Amino acid sequence: MSVATATALVNLEAIDHTDQMLTDLRRALGADRARAEPLELALYARDAGVASGHAAAVCFPRDHREVADAVRIAARYDRPFVARGSGTGLAGGATPIGDPLVIVTTQLNHILEIDSEERVAWVEPGVLNLDLSRAVADQGLHYAPDPSSQQACTIGGNVATNAGGPHCLASGVTATHVLAVEVVLGDGSIAMLGGLEPDQPGYDLRGCFVGSEGTMGIATRIAVRLTPNPPTVRTLLLDFTAIEDAGAAVSGIIANGIVPAALEMMDAEITRAVEDYVGAGYPRDAAAVLLVELDGLADGVDAEVAVVQRVGRENRARSIRVAADETERALLWKGRKSAFGAIARIAPDYYLHDAVVPRTRLVDVLRQVYAIAAEQRLTMMNVFHAGDGNLHPLIVFDAREAGIWERVHRAGDEILAACVAAGGVLSGEHGIGLEKRDAMPLVFTRDDLDAQARLRDAFDPAGRANPTKVLPAGSRCGELQRVPEGAWI
Amino acid sequence: MDLTELVEAIRASDDVVAVGGRTHWEVGGPASPTATQVRAPSGVVTYDPADLTVTVAAGTPVGELAAVLAASNQECALDPRSDDATVGGVLAVGLSGHRRLRYGPLRDRVLEVRFVTADGRVVKGGGPTVKNVSGFDLPRMMVGSLGTIGVLVQVILRCQPRPATAEWSVTDLDPFEVRRRTYRPSCIAWDGRRTHLLVEGVAADVAAERNAAGAEPAASGPDWPTAAHRGRISVRPRALGEIAADLDRTGVAWLAEVGVGTIHVAAGAEHQLAAARAVAETHGGWLLRVAGAPDIDGFGRALPNLALQARLAAAFDPDGKLGRGRLPLAPSPIAADGTPAHV
Repeated sequence: MSVATATALVNLEAIDHTDQMLTDLRRALGADRARAEPLELALYARDAGVASGHAAAVCFPRDHREVADAVRIAARYDRPFVARGSGTGLAGGATPIGDPLVIVTTQLNHILEIDSEERVAWVEPGVLNLDLSRAVADQGLHYAPDPSSQQACTIGGNVATNAGGPHCLASGVTATHVLAVEVVLGDGSIAMLGGLEPDQPGYDLRGCFVGSEGTMGIATRIAVRLTPNPPTVRTLLLDFTAIEDAGAAVSGIIANGIVPAALEMMDAEITRAVEDYVGAGYPRDAAAVLLVELDGLADGVDAEVAVVQRVGRENRARSIRVAADETERALLWKGRKSAFGAIARIAPDYYLHDAVVPRTRLVDVLRQVYAIAAEQRLTMMNVFHAGDGNLHPLIVFDAREAGIWERVHRAGDEILAACVAAGGVLSGEHGIGLEKRDAMPLVFTRDDLDAQARLRDAFDPAGRANPTKVLPAGSRCGELQRVPEGAWI
Repeated sequence: MDLTELVEAIRASDDVVAVGGRTHWEVGGPASPTATQVRAPSGVVTYDPADLTVTVAAGTPVGELAAVLAASNQECALDPRSDDATVGGVLAVGLSGHRRLRYGPLRDRVLEVRFVTADGRVVKGGGPTVKNVSGFDLPRMMVGSLGTIGVLVQVILRCQPRPATAEWSVTDLDPFEVRRRTYRPSCIAWDGRRTHLLVEGVAADVAAERNAAGAEPAASGPDWPTAAHRGRISVRPRALGEIAADLDRTGVAWLAEVGVGTIHVAAGAEHQLAAARAVAETHGGWLLRVAGAPDIDGFGRALPNLALQARLAAAFDPDGKLGRGRLPLAPSPIAADGTPAHV
């Protein structure tokens, strides 16, 4: 190495090259597609989660080549990059940490191909979840994962977080619906992971990528499976005067050999809030309501409706309402899907948790969750995917109240600990991101985390793709050894 | 072997191969003949029917697991061709069963894995609940990895209620038309002449699907092709119609899973299987060896994203001591730089 080159390298490290990076980005993507104005950076400083960070610049590529260009330019200036869709994520996965380049995928918003015969659609990552189902509705198909944010969230973001939704109970989460993903890796190369053929030899790279929260690269084209609309759908609303009875009914339905299309529970507080907000006909004085959806061929559905009614009665359901038509069915679902609009009328802020426990521990854990809320003097509501044990305790509060955040966080930590103690996991569908990164050691040993780090690093050896997310510091077994001798640790 | 013995054996050797029921021993590249053979523990560890999950040691024969689940009227759709296959073996080989059309691929069954790494550590990935996005997806990484990442010792699997009835029926109707007319069949198998339909559910639904397909009840399902040399073609489902005539010219027996893209192929002579592979590759697919055919390669061509696959293998097993020879991870002259094939 010549002396001149060595000097240049030193300078590159010492000087902030953000302006130069912006110039390169503007040259590659167009003048208006890379920005760094303070207001814009503030907009992209966080997602729908709590944590906020700071981006060096934000860019808006329009296709996979431009995404690759942006990633290569970030690499040129040794910047990390963070992919972002609509920013509806709740775990801080898209929060920019360490002055990265934020690469927004919302301009890659084309449905590229719909093959109704093969039941596959190729989409760009910025396509909104609900828009895909709308686009294939006239062909009797839909895209099954239906997160509550489906009007706003992107399919690319769904892939990153392995998103779920009420109907994932029977039909599976995002990972079961993604057949192939074209990915820009951390070095700017493009790889197609998976394919339309059922099996490729070697490792399931597609499976590894889905749910990796932007740490293994950026999805630029996605092949998803489309699901035929069921010939018959029946939706039931059961109301209970004790939440234990509702929980027992959930177990009873599963024990009777039924895996409903959806099985949602709402507790007293949220039921009342929703009813006041949309007037879906939910009983305002219920301790809990269950929303049960059964779908399939007519006779099987009829038989299952009868079983759910019987199980409801056996568990002291006060009323069992079967939606008479599509209008009534839509109204019942409107109640469930308006939960977050409803709580805005109660308090200005909320913190939504996401954890999973074994189905059989639901009621037990719910009781602990209420006790934690009472202890911290917080208003807690629960609306969740009971069928798969996916709890969503929702704390509503006014952030202007002194000391409130401390109590909210303490309650969150205690809820998580209770779920893990009951044999549960940290997240069912929101992801780990920043929010739960440091809780990972609650469920994983050091060797477990080291294995996850090896998988991640194989995709992104230089560590540029969203590097601070999911895995806590110290996950790599070698990491501690990098501490200089004699250092205070 | 119990876990301690297994860990010791892996630590002590620089050439290790995991052995299950030896029902799919010939899948992939040939195992190293000098390797230390290790076996995972066996037995159902915990099973709570109300949770629809089961924790099972990886060395458990699938038939034994199925019997335990059946006592609670549940099943886990591993569906190997032989009940002697072990749970860990089925997962490591990654062959999905014949009901994939309805229940999805094998990789969707696995909730949590525990495996022993090349340096003898026990690692867990995934979690015990039916829904989980806590951390990266090590379970999916393990399915189909042919024992090259670690030796599976215990897994948690998703179970499902057993269907009230299951019925095979048969029709001369075009298999793609059968797929259009039915809502949720478990399998549509086609041999180029007749279409075999498997439907599961309550009796009335089963009859409705059969009638929609214009099929007649059959005493049993189709005969899966058997001969000395067997393979499995993996091709996009749309290509099945075109590939059928080409396959017939090779002289192999075949049975296709319509809507899935898997074609089970059997040949009396090895060169016929090689010819069937050429047909599969012409249509953009793969023919993966299942049994026999010792003189043809297990895969046919370089793995996709070879450089990335090799990095992943090296990250877990830097000395390549697990399942040596099972996966062709060394760069071939054609794809040495890992240039993406599909861009």
